[in-house]
Amino acid sequence: MADTHPAIQLDHISRHYHMGETSVRAVDDVSLRVGRGEFLALLGSSGSGKSTLLNLMAGLDRPTSGFLLADGANLASLSPLELARYRRSSVGMIFQSFNLLPRMTLEENIELPLRLAEVDRSERASRVHEVLERVRLTHRIGHRPSELSGGEQQRVAIARALVNRPKILLADEPTGNLDSTTGEAILDLLRDVQGQLGMTIVMVTHERPLAERFADRLATMGDGKLLSISPAPKAFAQ
Amino acid sequence: MKTRDLTDLALRNLREAILRNALTTLGVAVGVASLVAMLSLGVGLQQLASKRLSQSGLFDTIFVTPKNNFRGMGRPQPRDASADKPPRTLDEDARKELEKLPNVIEVYPQIRFFTEVRFNNKPYSTVVAGMPESSRNSGAFDGMQGNFFSSASADEAILQIEFAKDLSDKPSSLVGQDLLLRYAERQATPAAGNDPSFPGGFSVVPKELKLKIIGVVETEPAAGYGGYGNARLLIPLHTATTLRAAQVNDLRDIVRGDTADKITYSSLSVRAKSPSQVEALEASIKTMGFNAFSLLDASKSLRTFFSVFDLLLGIFGSLALAVATLGIINTLVMAILERRREIGVLKALGAADSDVQQLFFVEAGVMGFLGGILGVTLGWLLGRAITFGTNVYLKRQSLNPIDLSSVPWWLVILALVFAVLVSLGAGLYPASRAAKLNPVDALRYE
Repeated sequence: MADTHPAIQLDHISRHYHMGETSVRAVDDVSLRVGRGEFLALLGSSGSGKSTLLNLMAGLDRPTSGFLLADGANLASLSPLELARYRRSSVGMIFQSFNLLPRMTLEENIELPLRLAEVDRSERASRVHEVLERVRLTHRIGHRPSELSGGEQQRVAIARALVNRPKILLADEPTGNLDSTTGEAILDLLRDVQGQLGMTIVMVTHERPLAERFADRLATMGDGKLLSISPAPKAFAQ
Repeated sequence: MKTRDLTDLALRNLREAILRNALTTLGVAVGVASLVAMLSLGVGLQQLASKRLSQSGLFDTIFVTPKNNFRGMGRPQPRDASADKPPRTLDEDARKELEKLPNVIEVYPQIRFFTEVRFNNKPYSTVVAGMPESSRNSGAFDGMQGNFFSSASADEAILQIEFAKDLSDKPSSLVGQDLLLRYAERQATPAAGNDPSFPGGFSVVPKELKLKIIGVVETEPAAGYGGYGNARLLIPLHTATTLRAAQVNDLRDIVRGDTADKITYSSLSVRAKSPSQVEALEASIKTMGFNAFSLLDASKSLRTFFSVFDLLLGIFGSLALAVATLGIINTLVMAILERRREIGVLKALGAADSDVQQLFFVEAGVMGFLGGILGVTLGWLLGRAITFGTNVYLKRQSLNPIDLSSVPWWLVILALVFAVLVSLGAGLYPASRAAKLNPVDALRYE
């Protein structure tokens, strides 16, 4: 599935942490290509380095060594300001714990990336409405996150991640806090988004069955290394 | 992020932790209030002092005396270039000459004489002084009982309060009553033919004048300077001049053989248009052959005193603001801990370090600005309260009320700017700490 112009390209990426005297290799020499419009699932047990790898792709963290190309830029060499701009406009992120700001309404939460990107006020309302419609939560626009169910909160988080129209969506355990039915609904939504908007999705999960059902490819990590990468069985079936 | 969005978010954050932020803002307000109250007292006292002093005429008045004055100024006159000029008599010609000098408003003599007053047929001894029209605005007649003289030559008298108490147990009841002034009128006696041993002189004739009491006053303007003791009975200057009452220097003039029918003055007060012209005027009067003296130097050292006074008050006031600064730092550092995750989310959504920094900065600035406004108001109220308390005390001591504190515009603006600057300074460390927060750590924080 890897093409000549991948959405994300990792060449010998490492991320080491120093904890006192010892050095922890959270990500150890990983090379990987994620194609445009691809849905990749990153599997692995806790501490395998999959979340660290996702943070590197998100521009939240910097690799210790290696080359990380995303949306046409080498993230390893971007300035902090350029990296912030990359996070703002090129990627959208969703988390296991949703990370909505509890004191803001749905509308305000979703508007936040638009404020950061300095989108005109006149345009904001329609953009918020558009993504809320996509996640079918228009009727809850004035509510606060605490008034919503877990699944609804994650849908708001997806709407927030989409509002700046990024090319890449990164999801860190998006179903981890949800029951299996709701989790499946969220992944359905992600698949729709992938299909309709042609987005590239990288999802960290430890739920292999879900990953097999929804992702195009599965990458498995262990001890910071990429152990295997294979097309999902579903893809074979299709 | 755009300024409006930044302010929106900052205000929103401030509202969320309303109690803590309100207390911090109150801390700033108390700091600013103490600063404003202290400085307003300093400014008020300074205005009070300089207003009283400029009204009293002390700083725009030059006291002119003849060079050979027996009395002198209680100290040897400094010898200067003009000392070589021949001494001149301070007579009517000299007065007219002084009036013609540039920047002179008026020239008036000091008329004071010791005499007897009869009231209810009882004799009282006192010093009588002639008051120029300009003394009306000197401030000494503010809050007097009764009125100032109806005209420059009215047969009216204003009593000094102590003298009024001698006359009656109820000084205020004296207003409207009459008293009898008994004085010695100076009448010239011509020279006796060609006898060189008697060049002429004057005789002293007892006279009486009925005066209507129109007021009672606390103090005499410019008391204790340029006169022969404090006057306790004040009459209009023109009235005093026409009395031709014998004065202390008359005897001296006779001894010196000055012409007897010529009025001479023991001293003249020359009033300049403003204190800034006093120095030049003083010099030109000295070249005319008179002694001249002004209190300008005293006013300069007074200004120095108040500058130092204001500085000290400002330092004490700033101490409270320093404590308030620590309050802001504490609140914002706490806010970072509390909002760690939120900062992480903001960064994950694409906020730059500078966005986060500015957010905290604006929050500090808003607290400073609001605290400043509240503080200026509190400080002003505090000043009013101190003035009120002081005036209650002054009233009990039967003294006139004063305006003790003053909050001029420059103090309001200075306090606001100072409050915002101090708050921004206090926000510097928390803001940079928040900006440097690692988003991965911040997002992991529960």
